[in-house]
Amino acid sequence: MSTSAQEIENLISQEYKQGFVTDLEVDTFPPGLDESVIHRLVKIKKEPDFMLQYRLQAFRHWQTMPEPDWAQLHIEPIDYQAISYYSAPKSKKDGPKSLDEVDPELLDTYKKLGIPLDEQERLAGIAVDAVFDSVSVATTFKGKLKEAGVIFCPMSEALQEYPELVKQYLGSVVPVGDNFFAALNAAVFTDGSFVYIPKGVRCPMELSTYFRINAANTGQFERTLIIADEGSHVSYLEGCTAPMRDENQLHAAVVELVALDNATIKYSTVQNWYPGDKDGVGGIYNFVTKRAECRGQKSKVSWTQVETGSAITWKYPSCVLLGDDSIGEFYSVALTNNHQQADTGTKMIHIGKNTRSTIVSKGISAGKAQNTYRGLVKVAKSAVNARNHTQCDSLLVGDKCGAHTFPYVEVKQPTAQVEHEATTSKISEDQLFFCQQRGLSAEDAVSMIVNGFCKEVFRELPMEFAVEAQALLGISLEGSVG
Amino acid sequence: MLSIKNLHVSVGDKPILKGLSLEIKAGEVHAIMGPNGAGKSTLSHILSGKPGYTVTEGSVTYFGKDLLEMAPEIRAREGIFLAFQYPVEIPGVSNVYLLKAALNAQRKHHGLPELDAMDFLTLVKSKVKLLQMDEKFLYRAVNEGFSGGEKKRNEILQAALLEPKLCILDETDSGLDIDALRIVSEGVNSLRNAERSFLMITHYQRLLDYIIPNVVHVLADGRIVKSGGPDLALELEEKGYGWLEGRAA
Repeated sequence: MSTSAQEIENLISQEYKQGFVTDLEVDTFPPGLDESVIHRLVKIKKEPDFMLQYRLQAFRHWQTMPEPDWAQLHIEPIDYQAISYYSAPKSKKDGPKSLDEVDPELLDTYKKLGIPLDEQERLAGIAVDAVFDSVSVATTFKGKLKEAGVIFCPMSEALQEYPELVKQYLGSVVPVGDNFFAALNAAVFTDGSFVYIPKGVRCPMELSTYFRINAANTGQFERTLIIADEGSHVSYLEGCTAPMRDENQLHAAVVELVALDNATIKYSTVQNWYPGDKDGVGGIYNFVTKRAECRGQKSKVSWTQVETGSAITWKYPSCVLLGDDSIGEFYSVALTNNHQQADTGTKMIHIGKNTRSTIVSKGISAGKAQNTYRGLVKVAKSAVNARNHTQCDSLLVGDKCGAHTFPYVEVKQPTAQVEHEATTSKISEDQLFFCQQRGLSAEDAVSMIVNGFCKEVFRELPMEFAVEAQALLGISLEGSVG
Repeated sequence: MLSIKNLHVSVGDKPILKGLSLEIKAGEVHAIMGPNGAGKSTLSHILSGKPGYTVTEGSVTYFGKDLLEMAPEIRAREGIFLAFQYPVEIPGVSNVYLLKAALNAQRKHHGLPELDAMDFLTLVKSKVKLLQMDEKFLYRAVNEGFSGGEKKRNEILQAALLEPKLCILDETDSGLDIDALRIVSEGVNSLRNAERSFLMITHYQRLLDYIIPNVVHVLADGRIVKSGGPDLALELEEKGYGWLEGRAA
């Protein structure tokens, strides 16, 4: 191996900067899952009656389902009875009424992660909901949002305050029995964010939820539901981190988006769960079901994701394009390093007339990682003049990693136009040497080349997130050059 | 500034340079000519630190320091610039981004503050103007979709910005038509001054009509077999290399 191949090799051992643990007093259920756990959950969260039925139905269904094994992933068997299904920081009262009542230890944690929850400190107008293990600990800017009629609150609160609204939409995009992990989530989800944007309202600020797994041996099962009523507009951001632990931890989330007539939802994710160490020990198992329904005419949903973390990522943010002239978009950067595995992509289901979808997927594989794009473009008979364009690029760093692409296309409507473009490339030693000859370190050169490769996706991210995502790619590729 | 003594370089087991010696003083322009396979490109690669070569004997001293000990990016920051024969494309990375990163890496190395976006743009635009280039160049992805001439001009733009002490031009004339050759040569000539040295590697005398060297060397079979003034190039053009091969300088 020549020197620069060795350098590329060295570049890709990484450091995870969010890997600290917060020491807190917590309420945690003992490990194990049966119907009594669900009864306890519903009780502790003071949920309305329909939720008990909903969860039990999901749980009973889940027990009959096999774990999916079709993905290009090697997964150690998961013992679902060894996981605790609820963990929450002990609160002195019923729950913090304002930030002053939030445990300072918790506020510090978020500050360390670069997410000051103190509203006064926020320069940019971004409202944050912070979810710590199983519960939401703080939501900022609630008052200002309320003035605009926007509901942005923890799911647990929405179930108490707006049960009818939640009941109407929960599970309407991802039914309880949709898949193994979605069923598990429906049975035991603990918190997440709830967003409702009323008719004709353009949400006055970016909404964001920050998910943090802290406790050991717990799973995080969050549930997010966003409803954009007719003519409304919202941009939502999601970020995730977890401490470094030797055991694998399970994260099985469900996100449902509903866009009614002329509504637009932009959903951006920067996922940086702990990926495990360089030998593949530990890390988060990230099994996520994300789906949007463009129910209304001319509605639009845009998914943008930057996935750099997790030991295993299994995730296919999808759009069901029901309304005529509705639009679905998916922009993705998935970076895998060391022993990380990702099987990710999207589904675009065209049902309405003149529906359009765009897929841009950038997979980067380094170390011994495996990176898979799996996508489905389905055009139903009813989807006259449907159009799809898919662009799927893979970049390999080093010579021990892999990239795989599985595009599925099903077309039942002869007027449909479906395009698929794919490329695979490698960071060449010539590119690396060229940059070094201009004075850049090998590390900076790789980071620059990878960022260039991802440009089309980064420009879809809100400004603050684009900067964070670029920095994150740099860190994820960081190593021991020189 | 640069002193190469009895340099032996191999690729794998194959010796390429076999005892090459060369002295370059500040402000001098040296041309290296020679037949295919003589080791001309190897010389440019070994000076700039490209991996894949083994030095088996000899030394290279650059401003009194052992050049061969330095990492390629350190050599670059210390003022060695290689204008590539085949400049690579970097999709998605704009020229202006690369230039800024390169200049700031150099400034940081010398303990200078990094230039902010405004100061940098003012500087780079002045260089673009100096080389009579279009500002649009700055915002295109590095060499992506560039013509042969544009790629070579882009190399000269990088040199103009980074202000190297030693500029190595590796077959800069290859793939250029007459007009492009003239434009690129004018760019190079505008960079000449009393401090800056050039090492020009070329097959053809043609380039030396535009960039007139102080010294011309003939490299054959891994050694310099003859050195002389600009007239030597004309003699080579007439006689070819055959009569020099096998001769030691």
